[in-house]
Amino acid sequence: MDEVLLRSLTPSVLTVLVRRGADFAAAEDAVQDALVEAVRVWPADPPRDAKGWLVTVAWRKFLDATRSDTARRRREDRIEEEPAPGPAPAVDDTLQLYFLCAHPSLTPSSAVALTLRAVGGLTTRQIAQAYLVPEATMAQRISRAKRTVSGVRFDQPGDVATVLRVLYLVFNEGYSGDVDLAAEAIRLTRQLATAIDHPEVAGLLALMLLHHARRASRTAPDGGLVPLAEQDRTRWDTVAIAEGVRILQAALARDRLGEFQAQAAIAALHADAPTAGETDWVQIVEWYDELARLTDSPVVRLNRAVAVGEADGPRAGLAALAAIEDSLPRHTAVAAYLHERDGDLTTAARLYAEAAHRAPNLAERDYLTRRAARLNTRRER
Amino acid sequence: MAKYLLLKHYRGAPAPANDVPMEQWTPEEISAHVQYMRDFADRLVKTGEYVDGQALAPEGTWVRYDGEGRPPVTDGPFAETKDLIAGWMVIDVDSYERAVELAGELSAAPGAGGKPIHEWLELRPFYAASPTDPECHPGG
Repeated sequence: MDEVLLRSLTPSVLTVLVRRGADFAAAEDAVQDALVEAVRVWPADPPRDAKGWLVTVAWRKFLDATRSDTARRRREDRIEEEPAPGPAPAVDDTLQLYFLCAHPSLTPSSAVALTLRAVGGLTTRQIAQAYLVPEATMAQRISRAKRTVSGVRFDQPGDVATVLRVLYLVFNEGYSGDVDLAAEAIRLTRQLATAIDHPEVAGLLALMLLHHARRASRTAPDGGLVPLAEQDRTRWDTVAIAEGVRILQAALARDRLGEFQAQAAIAALHADAPTAGETDWVQIVEWYDELARLTDSPVVRLNRAVAVGEADGPRAGLAALAAIEDSLPRHTAVAAYLHERDGDLTTAARLYAEAAHRAPNLAERDYLTRRAARLNTRRER
Repeated sequence: MAKYLLLKHYRGAPAPANDVPMEQWTPEEISAHVQYMRDFADRLVKTGEYVDGQALAPEGTWVRYDGEGRPPVTDGPFAETKDLIAGWMVIDVDSYERAVELAGELSAAPGAGGKPIHEWLELRPFYAASPTDPECHPGG
């Protein structure tokens, strides 16, 4: 049985229940129960109409749960008032579900958990494993999130930008447990792109595809980070790159530039270079200038300094870096890199070691430590 | 979404405001303290922020490799060890500010006279699981 196909039906089944008058929290539980049932029953007895089967079973689970509830009288009355199987769900129902799960009243971690369960169809256990927290903790996080949005009207328009932020958070979490969150984020963004025609949704999807295409080459067999310039480009996923570029070009043609399209454009320029030496750094700097106009983020200015170092030489990069406050994460790592390119290996080694102490994760710490060690041993020979 | 370790020390932390050793509290005060810790952990489970918590016995042994085919060397415990960990709690929160807020609450656990101990807790961030932003370093 194709678990991803099964999960991809989650949002449409859930919205049918909500349209029929089920409250979101109870409907969401019922859909989860139906998914579990499907995993159990389908291998031996696959239904002809998968979605219809899920709707029927989920609705029955919802009614069972409602009846056994202590407040059953009140709720049953309310359900009986609802018109039976409501009108065919509108096309944008899935979109409403994304809005609800990324509602601004939720904290980022709650929005992520709720999106993965209610839109992604993952179980609480899978989400807990992916984020390395106990299942009981994740269950509480999800039920709190549901309570938080319980008063939000389902047809209330939402902000696409908040949804994109949540999906990007999921994407960047990467891989742990038995769920590939990066792949899941791509799937959910792809699904969102079919529900709404928005250039930034396309931009984020393109960005994810282009980054994901390089994943196999980003990690050495020993688990160490491989920098872009040293990656084996034959291992890049050319199908994903082609798709990312195609989606990006269509989005850019609409002339409504946004942050994710600009980031995707930079990723596309990297993907387009047959060798690191053939990278079009001049154009990458121009895209960073666009990005800086759109976001005014210091992280963007930091990355721009790296690009300037490649386009105009390390001295120019260091000059750009001097204008950026040095408390910024990875500032020291960038300084080390530019000094290395400038041939000042002593300073570079010192800065790499310093940057390693400030690294935000183990992979980068080890990478920077190795970089420092390589320069230190080279000088002593 | 970041994990933090809250470390509680037997020794090594700066002295708390309410610095009366536990054996000099009343039994009720000890019960109140234990209950506070338990309630705190329960509350964190309910907010979806709890990961783990354990208490450690004070006596420990130092162990090291002693060469091929030889049993490990053991030593200690050393009474003079300056830094002695009493236990930990791991939390998974949305921000550093939230981690500080929770550590502050835990430090308010009641001690002698039912007053908060104002115990110093050490707050240590976990390394993030993976490079969080692929565009952020020369690696790409």
